[in-house]
Amino acid sequence: MHVHRLERLWMTIGVVMLAVFLAAITAAALIDHMVPPSHVQTIDPTRVAQTPPFDHPGLHKLPDGSYEAYYNARIFSFTPSKITIPRGAKVTFYATSPDVVHGFSIPLTGVNMMVVPGWVSTATHTFKDPGTFLLVCNEYCGAGHQRMAAQVEVK
Amino acid sequence: MALDKPSMHADFWAENRLVLTHVYTSTAALAVGALFGLLQAFSRANWLVMPDWLDYYRALTVHGVLLALVFTTFFITGLALFTVYRNIPRDRMMTIGWIGYWLMLCGTLTAAATILSGNATVLYTFYAPLKAHPAFYFGATFLVLGTWFVGFEVLEHAWWFRKHNPGVPIPLPVHAMACTFAMWYIATIGVVAEMLLLIPWSLGITSGIDVMLTRMLFWYFGHPLVYFWIMGAYLIWYTMIPTTYGGKVFSDPLTRLAFLMLLVLSTPVGLHHEFLDPGVGAGWKWMHALLTYGVAIPSFMTAFALFASFELAMQRQGRRGFIAVIGGLPWNDPTFSGAALGMVLFIFGGLGGLVNASYGMDVLVHNTMWIVGHFHITVGGPVALTFMGAAYRLVPALTGRRLWAPKLALAQTWVWFIGMALMSGAMHVAGILGAPRRTSDVTYMGMQGAQSWHPEMVLTAIGGTLLYISILMFVSVAVGTRFVDEPATTEFPFARLDEQSLPPPPAFDRLARWSALALALAVLAYAGPVREHLMQHVYTAAGMRTW
Repeated sequence: MHVHRLERLWMTIGVVMLAVFLAAITAAALIDHMVPPSHVQTIDPTRVAQTPPFDHPGLHKLPDGSYEAYYNARIFSFTPSKITIPRGAKVTFYATSPDVVHGFSIPLTGVNMMVVPGWVSTATHTFKDPGTFLLVCNEYCGAGHQRMAAQVEVK
Repeated sequence: MALDKPSMHADFWAENRLVLTHVYTSTAALAVGALFGLLQAFSRANWLVMPDWLDYYRALTVHGVLLALVFTTFFITGLALFTVYRNIPRDRMMTIGWIGYWLMLCGTLTAAATILSGNATVLYTFYAPLKAHPAFYFGATFLVLGTWFVGFEVLEHAWWFRKHNPGVPIPLPVHAMACTFAMWYIATIGVVAEMLLLIPWSLGITSGIDVMLTRMLFWYFGHPLVYFWIMGAYLIWYTMIPTTYGGKVFSDPLTRLAFLMLLVLSTPVGLHHEFLDPGVGAGWKWMHALLTYGVAIPSFMTAFALFASFELAMQRQGRRGFIAVIGGLPWNDPTFSGAALGMVLFIFGGLGGLVNASYGMDVLVHNTMWIVGHFHITVGGPVALTFMGAAYRLVPALTGRRLWAPKLALAQTWVWFIGMALMSGAMHVAGILGAPRRTSDVTYMGMQGAQSWHPEMVLTAIGGTLLYISILMFVSVAVGTRFVDEPATTEFPFARLDEQSLPPPPAFDRLARWSALALALAVLAYAGPVREHLMQHVYTAAGMRTW
């Protein structure tokens, strides 16, 4: 099949560009662990309030100085509604839902994941700067969706 | 009034009536659906508070369903029938086409009534375990089943042509449309399978729903859905727009190859909508990111072919150089203007799409206003603007009446372009700042972190206002043209091939084999994640009505 010389050039540039992008995201995934949150762990959505550690949602400090935060995301609130952590704290967020699908997004941090009933979602972030961060549900979950928010305070 | 009068195409009278009915139904969906969009933009800018009887999310569901599913689909089914009827002259029955139309219309009206009555405020993605009234799922299913009848018309015409013209390539526009519908059949298997889970559950026959499975089935369908729109616009760009500037199709084989690649690669990419979902392994997501990059290749080919067609036509008029070529194009023709401005928007839409497909980078934009900006500058940009521009030739060709107020039509395309650039631009910026999508009010009771979003929401509302003004202009021209009493001699012809273009390899017309390849790749891309999912002990969800 005849392909015009300029089109060959154009397509070569396009495919090389895609290959560079793919190499970049693959390198970021392998070296920096820039992998989308893909935790595979199930939980009975009807028994979230009785299943450890979601029976005691909140912030837990680990022996190595990092933190784990367990969230119950349900219509139309997050529990805990506010956590306070020191500057530089590395926090691993765990969230699950007893009802419908929710979002779990802390804008400007890279913490962003879907919360699906029956599954546990997780993401980690190190908070380098002080301030109050907003945690919002970014998937429509019902009539009160626009009120579903919480706070992360970094001191 | 013109429907019962034979137009200039007396031979095509019955066909024209069916195509025209599709196009006007599409226009009605656009006019109604966009009004709800305007209310949403005002609500988010805090310019109005939606009343209880029409809350924000109900309006959002109507807007999404009518514009993303109904406006686009009816226009494409109309265009599909127009393409096969005009390119393959033969005796035919209109029965199957009309059955398809009535099924689609009944499905649409059933779903719309269910949403408006407040029984299906589940948005156009209807993510379980939000549980709508069964009528919503039945309506959506009928809409899809109706398109299968239209698809049968398309594929049957392509098959008939090959049978009666051995050794002759299928006419290029018919080849493109046959690829579009072959892809559509493969893709819609996903949503119909999802409905087979949702309908018994909503009727109370089954007690729980496998949420992740429904999400995978939805996006198996949901991403090729956007290529269904894009392929309709590409067909117009490749095979119809060249006639507006005296141009030709740049290359027959490469056009066919672009559509074949879209057929093969549109479906096995849906997991890029689920990058942030739990329960799906990161490796499968990476594989779909790779395949999503692959589906950008036919779009690169298209960009080259369109500009090559422009340039060759202008060179024949003695124009050389970028400015002379661009300046020589028929910018006073609303059909050309719509398509060309749509192409400009698609440059940004396509590049934004590559960002979304970029795996780890998606966490920065997922479910933010960026995504809303992205699909407005794609389906609302190249697709809607090309369709509206095409309607300015299609309707006169179908009614035999000249276009009413062509200057208003031309202005309409520019108002749309400016409104969309402004609205979508503001949405992209808001998304980078983290503003969530699908949220009636993003002030969060004044909590810290939400303040930076409001100015972008105001710009969104201003852009949305321009877009609605543009819709009113479009509807005025569409309605006005029905009442014009001057005959038109305009047909909307399909472009001829450039003399330099060689005939396509016979293998490109083996559509059954290409479809089998497409299906095989789709099955391969989903076999891994679905198998992994089914091997686990999955908890089902009961479902609820949270609105």
